[in-house]
Amino acid sequence: MKIAERPAVVSAFQEVRNQALERWQALWDSGRPAILVGTATCGRAAGALEVLQALRDEVKKHNLDCPVLEVGCLGHCYAEPLVIVRKPRYPAIAYGRINPVTAGRLVRDFILGDDPCLEFVLGALETNDLVPSFADFPRAQYEKRVILKDCGLIDPEQIDHYLANGGYQALVKALQMKPEDIIEEVKRSGLRGMGGAGFTAGEKWDICRQSPGRPKYVICNGDEGDPGAFMDRAILESDPHSVLEGIIIAGYTIGARYGYIYVRAEYPLAVKRARIALRQARKLNLLGRNILGSDFSFDIKLFPGSGAFVCGEETALIASIEGEPGMPRHRPPYPAASGLFGRPTLINNVKTLASVRHIIENGAGPFASAGTEKSKGTAVFALAGKVVNTGLVEVPMGTTLRQVIFDVGSGIPKGKRFKAVQIGGPSGGCIPASALDLPIDFDSLSGVGAMMGSGGMVVLDEDDCMVEIARYFLEFTQKESCGKCTFCRLGTKQMLAILDDITKGQGKMADIALLNEIARDVKAGSLCGLGKTAPNPVLTTLRYFRDEYEAHIKEGRCPSLMCPALIAYYILPEKCERSCDACVGTCTVEAISTNKKRIKVIDQAKCVKCGTCLTACPPQYSAVVKLSPPSLVPASEK
Amino acid sequence: MANEEIRVNKTDSPTSEEVVTIRQKTKQALRRFSRKKANLIPILQKVQNHLGYLPREAMLEIAGFLGIPPVDVYSVVTFYNQFRRHPPGRHGIKVCLGTACHMKGGYITLDAWRRRLNIDVRQTTPDREFELDTVACVGCCVMAPVTVVDDKPQGKVEPTRVDGILLAFKLEKEGKKTQ
Repeated sequence: MKIAERPAVVSAFQEVRNQALERWQALWDSGRPAILVGTATCGRAAGALEVLQALRDEVKKHNLDCPVLEVGCLGHCYAEPLVIVRKPRYPAIAYGRINPVTAGRLVRDFILGDDPCLEFVLGALETNDLVPSFADFPRAQYEKRVILKDCGLIDPEQIDHYLANGGYQALVKALQMKPEDIIEEVKRSGLRGMGGAGFTAGEKWDICRQSPGRPKYVICNGDEGDPGAFMDRAILESDPHSVLEGIIIAGYTIGARYGYIYVRAEYPLAVKRARIALRQARKLNLLGRNILGSDFSFDIKLFPGSGAFVCGEETALIASIEGEPGMPRHRPPYPAASGLFGRPTLINNVKTLASVRHIIENGAGPFASAGTEKSKGTAVFALAGKVVNTGLVEVPMGTTLRQVIFDVGSGIPKGKRFKAVQIGGPSGGCIPASALDLPIDFDSLSGVGAMMGSGGMVVLDEDDCMVEIARYFLEFTQKESCGKCTFCRLGTKQMLAILDDITKGQGKMADIALLNEIARDVKAGSLCGLGKTAPNPVLTTLRYFRDEYEAHIKEGRCPSLMCPALIAYYILPEKCERSCDACVGTCTVEAISTNKKRIKVIDQAKCVKCGTCLTACPPQYSAVVKLSPPSLVPASEK
Repeated sequence: MANEEIRVNKTDSPTSEEVVTIRQKTKQALRRFSRKKANLIPILQKVQNHLGYLPREAMLEIAGFLGIPPVDVYSVVTFYNQFRRHPPGRHGIKVCLGTACHMKGGYITLDAWRRRLNIDVRQTTPDREFELDTVACVGCCVMAPVTVVDDKPQGKVEPTRVDGILLAFKLEKEGKKTQ
């Protein structure tokens, strides 16, 4: 590889990096303790900001020299709010499910005293003799953190932290390489677009570089619209500079002058942190005119989306930046040839761009060493739904569904039975237990009618109705259909109407064939990915869970006891305890009364089926049950 | 949505003084933008930030500024979920209906909000205290079911928690009065 000498770039960067390293080391090596609090959106929803405040108050109260820092998401979302304490002579310990009260104890007992509060420990970050470390968890056997390397360990609002952890070194290296060599390296790494389609990244870069027309643009697609997916949010909130670095390298490679980060409007914190990152990078001349004294000038604009799922589709996204309604356009021409404002435009997903720095810094080899033959590297999954350890996990491509759900995610909570996993959002499908041993990569899941998609995984157990989940996704895609293609606009509407009927017990057996037929037409008659994949959730549930459809249609029964129109709540008189009225007080609509025998009775006409009484009934009685069909409720109580 | 339109026209159409302030505030927000159509969405976001919503007068002002037909502005405003054409309530309630939230009972929570506030989705209570909306997914799937209350995502919001949140607002309001 021929390297053009650019000593000025290196020395300009070295100075910046040294200063960052100094400040980073001063933070850890000063012999004082430090506390890190995960304040990404998932942490905040669990109360991380209150914990942060409590920690700061307590530290101040005792006049301690102990910085309390905000970091991003470590991926162990099930244990939010998560706090990491670093104290000299102790390993760095992560604590889970901390609240303002236990936060105070951490400061008093561990920082001030010497009791590491083992009762709140989640795991240590490094192996040691005192507490179990994350490396001892079963998930460590599968986990391989490349993209998420620094997430949850550095302050995303301080560029110093990123620089001190090897940040922007890949950019410096790239600036000394010829663009052709960078493309060659990316091609050799086998990196594929992680937004779902899986197009080879190196090839896309090459096409875009060779396309005539100026200026060229790079767009980072952070319009993560799949409900159930939050990988891109976590990366932008936890390590925004890694994305920035990827965009700048891509810009240099294809010869672009401007870049965009398109972030969903529903992610205000990601927008804020990306904005801060941009400002800091500009200040250090990692962005702007003549980056680090080279002749490459590049700047990035942040473009917050306005809430339209279809804008995750690249041509719709471009339309949106141009100030139009986000409707997809016909391809070809592909954006790489004619994209934003009719110019060559490179669009890559957040995770794709966040991978770039590792490929450039360490070469294609280490990246390509993980994964399967056709899908290299790692994949980030967002694990949610009925699974014990919800959160983010990064595993090599080719890890099986069973390993991800049962080993990394620790299986289904409350001893329930696994039913299916919904993967790939509204474009994906529901995969049954029989296919759990399939390796997950870009191509393997198409055989069972699903796709890896962007990486959202929602686990469903025996209480989840498959007809209802199909109806849910169709309702989503129908609402988000932009209306350009007739089949998508009208077909999804008809399918939704049929599914609505079935979940209400008003379906006919002929509906199943009709659903299949319309699904085929919608797939064939739609321009973009939204319409082409919208029927997938229906088709896969029909394929694997046809018996549930039939139970709804033939018996008016919802086997999972979920569809509100097909269930009734009922209090078993023989189990109901006379002296208890837990359900009466909690009923949100005052539908429960006490009869002469002091047994509680639900007024079915008033009941809104919210299920509060079921939760309220003490477990030693468990008198509240769901019945389906509702006709099972004895006539005397109707 | 037909109902919503009627409601908006009846109770929420701005008075002539309000129109003047709307026009003024819109003009103010427009100052730092150049007259390019690519700025339309950032402009709408900015104006909505200033006014809380995008009334007809603001849309007309923006169309004039960019030199495009008002219908182009209207089409963008109605296409994207984030833009609103009715004044916001003091407290914004957004129920997350992402997959995980839905499967864990987000639709039941939404029902509870509807029932308690006595309004439907995308409506504001007559006293303009609360407005109810849904959101596709805020990415906190592990805290499902989530409701975003005044821009703060709250985890595990079930029907009883709905009552709790409303009670807290009520107490806060009464507390302010007695002070």
